[in-house]
Amino acid sequence: MAARKKSAKKARKRSTARKDNERVARMAKVTLDSIDQVAGEVYQCIETGTMPELTMPQRNLKNVKYDRKVGYFELGDHYKVRKLDVNSVKTFAQTVRLMALAKEMVASEDFATKREAYYVSKNWAEAKFREQRESDTVLDDIEGMFSVRDVTREDLRFVPEEHGGSVVGPLTVLDRDPETGEVIESDCSRMGSGAYTVPSSVDHLGLETTADFVLAIETGGMFQRLNHHRYWRTANCVLVEMGGVPTRATRRFIRRLSDDLKLPVYAFVDCDPYGICNIYRTLKVGSGQAAHVSAKFCVPKATFLGVTPQDILDFGLKDATHPLQDVDVKRAKDALKNDPFVKAQPKWGRALKSLLKMGVRAEQQAFAKWGLNFVIEEYLPAKLKNPKAFLP
Amino acid sequence: MARTKNLTAEEMARQQKEISVSEFFAKNRHLLGFDNPRKALLTTIKEAVDNSLDACEEAGILPDLRIEVQQTGEDRFLVEVQDNGPGIVKDQIPKIFGQLLYGSKFHRMRQSRGQQGIGISAAGMYGQLTTGKGPRITSKVLRRKAHRYEIHLDTTKNRPIIGKDEELPEWNLKHGTRFTLDLEASYQKGLRSVDDYLKQTAVANPHCRLEYQAPDGTERQYERATDTLPAKAEEIKPHPYGIELGHLIKMLRETKSRWLNSFLQEEFCRVGPKVAKDILGTAKLSERAYPSRIARQEADALYRAIQKTRISAPPTDCLSPIGEERILEGLQKECDAEFYSVCTRPAAVYRGNPFVIEVGIAWGKPSGAELEVDERGRIRSRKRKRTVDTEDLLGNADDTVRLLRFANRVPLLYQQSACAVTKAAIQTGWKNYGLQQPRGGLPVGPAVLLVHMASVWVPFTSESKEAIAAYPEILKEVKLALQEAGRKLGAYIRKGKRLKREFEKRSYIDKYIPHIGIGLQEILGFGDQERHDLVERLRDSMETTRKI
Repeated sequence: MAARKKSAKKARKRSTARKDNERVARMAKVTLDSIDQVAGEVYQCIETGTMPELTMPQRNLKNVKYDRKVGYFELGDHYKVRKLDVNSVKTFAQTVRLMALAKEMVASEDFATKREAYYVSKNWAEAKFREQRESDTVLDDIEGMFSVRDVTREDLRFVPEEHGGSVVGPLTVLDRDPETGEVIESDCSRMGSGAYTVPSSVDHLGLETTADFVLAIETGGMFQRLNHHRYWRTANCVLVEMGGVPTRATRRFIRRLSDDLKLPVYAFVDCDPYGICNIYRTLKVGSGQAAHVSAKFCVPKATFLGVTPQDILDFGLKDATHPLQDVDVKRAKDALKNDPFVKAQPKWGRALKSLLKMGVRAEQQAFAKWGLNFVIEEYLPAKLKNPKAFLP
Repeated sequence: MARTKNLTAEEMARQQKEISVSEFFAKNRHLLGFDNPRKALLTTIKEAVDNSLDACEEAGILPDLRIEVQQTGEDRFLVEVQDNGPGIVKDQIPKIFGQLLYGSKFHRMRQSRGQQGIGISAAGMYGQLTTGKGPRITSKVLRRKAHRYEIHLDTTKNRPIIGKDEELPEWNLKHGTRFTLDLEASYQKGLRSVDDYLKQTAVANPHCRLEYQAPDGTERQYERATDTLPAKAEEIKPHPYGIELGHLIKMLRETKSRWLNSFLQEEFCRVGPKVAKDILGTAKLSERAYPSRIARQEADALYRAIQKTRISAPPTDCLSPIGEERILEGLQKECDAEFYSVCTRPAAVYRGNPFVIEVGIAWGKPSGAELEVDERGRIRSRKRKRTVDTEDLLGNADDTVRLLRFANRVPLLYQQSACAVTKAAIQTGWKNYGLQQPRGGLPVGPAVLLVHMASVWVPFTSESKEAIAAYPEILKEVKLALQEAGRKLGAYIRKGKRLKREFEKRSYIDKYIPHIGIGLQEILGFGDQERHDLVERLRDSMETTRKI
């Protein structure tokens, strides 16, 4: 078995490293051009005496389309137009100044967290933000505005505060020293009891792997258990800890494993409406809030390993469940009614309905009822025998 | 128990004796406005000034008055009021100034300041009671020598006693009268002071000129704003609706008419042959009945018939309202405000007496910045110079408005809350007109409300003429006038608020536009001059697209 694996390893070694520098440079150029273009339009308007306006897509679940063939949330055609007038003049000015900041950061290969961007504004006299909430809103708008030009917030060098999840397994990440440009290899199978942390921006990373699939795990607790017992070695997979709803970096990282390395991605989350409708749905198709980035920041090919409502019955977890809270019921019903993804996937509709009927929720850790390592020894191998049966 | 002797009817009869009017008022001086030293000073000056103005106007002379008040002792004051009126014929002087209820104005139906002929002689009596000295009067009629009288009042007989009577060979005026009186009084500035009264008089009488020397020696001149005298009020006969039964009986007895029919037509206004016939028909009385033979019952029937008959309203040429233009001039002269609004109502009638209500509103302290729109559509603030010292007519924004009440051009200073004008002002909904108003109170705001009632007979609540009685017709007219002037004020305040909001919005825009310039400059990399031009262009197009 080991021999077979060795040969498989050789055959399946996949890599992305070569094109990375080139792509980063190209993306920087696209970003700079987009900023100039938006600013140029505003300039033109002022020159000709018309009121400049900024157009950005509306961001909520109502302005989202889901097509199974496309595989992720796409923005609808509702736009909001910010015309320069007394109500918008402050935000307008702040938007333009943040765009200027973005341009400067792209040019100097620097970045700013949302918090830092907020503090940069403190130097803008009366145009400064009073709270980070204000600057976050403007940043979201800028992000939306540029998403229609295929430029992400990360391209604009506004990076999220939080870093991505933890990664272990037969995967090598090729990064660069930001100062010297020297390539740094991180072998995710040589992390000891720790793990590789997904950086906030992942597009410049080179990736090499010999794994067969990716297991995206909701909780840190389950990730620790699988890592401690080196499950990634026995199953030859990459383990990614999402920690609740995965951050954009984590989603992008898994997406690159899925697209660039052609690895199947299986999600392993709690069996409750939050795990299904928020964590898994966002991982697979994106969110209403960030539908403009779904094209890049979700993993359409991901499938749902568990825990499914059926698993509760199949693995005898009934007495290890908790009753559904009111918020859970509300979330499930809301998803059945409004979530374009759930509505387009009859299997999910049925699963959610049966969960509501059972009226209970089961956590990943519930398998400990049968022994701490039941999940490694019994549950995961049993499920992985038939990935085709996973919920979409 | 102390034993008191029981009186017999005869003994009682011996104690009964006539009370003279002067004695009565000597004991009840509060009825005439001499309740306290402060008010006594005001009432004295008020009566003298009212008389002077009445005299001047009747003679068609532009009034030019000088009022001097000197403090001669701790609580002693010397008041001197001099006018340029026609003067008073020598023989009349003692009676006018020394006898109560002697006057020219009581019996006639015509608008004037004085009504009963009590005021000035009561002041003289008050002075005499408190200082022992009676009034001194100097008066000169055109082409005659000036006369100077010192008068004492015999309070028992209500007769003047002439103390001194001299002819002056020279006097500084061609014609005029000077009234001098020593009295016990006290002087204070502020509300309801002599200063306040004179200032308000100047507001309501823009055709008169006042010189005033206060007890502290300060001189104040109130110049006239117009050289046109108010239109002379015509005298009218009483209107049938305004007459009471007792008065009617008296008129029947005294008339020179021989037939009831002609009595009605000659003694009343608005009664022609048809109306007279109607009245007598309803009363079932003969047209040819002899008026002085009409018995009480028949007079009663006549009285009732009058009430039942439709009689047109009395003529209004007996009234001389100040007029919207003059009110405006008066307010502008004495009260520097941002906005004025005036309204003179058409004449109305209460109890057969015609009256006119006039209202003037002055609003807003002009000291603050005012906003104006220039021809390019930009708003800017404009500073206005204070032209007149506003003293204390205009209050602060959080003060109750100042209510100035006038009856036949005379300021009413006391008993504000008992007055029909105050009641009407409270009953008006000022919130609609941009002023705040506490429940059941006068509105709040930097405003002066001037209300003038002109009538042949102003119904005062007391002889001291301080408050107007609240007849429903009067309340209604005051409210209508306040509403009419209020609407204009409301429109102005709203416009001002709009302009202010717009100004704030534009300054807000101005604040942030430069940042758009900076941002674009950083992105597109152009020079400072180009940025400056760009910002100016944007500011221009934003200013012009905004409508006011």
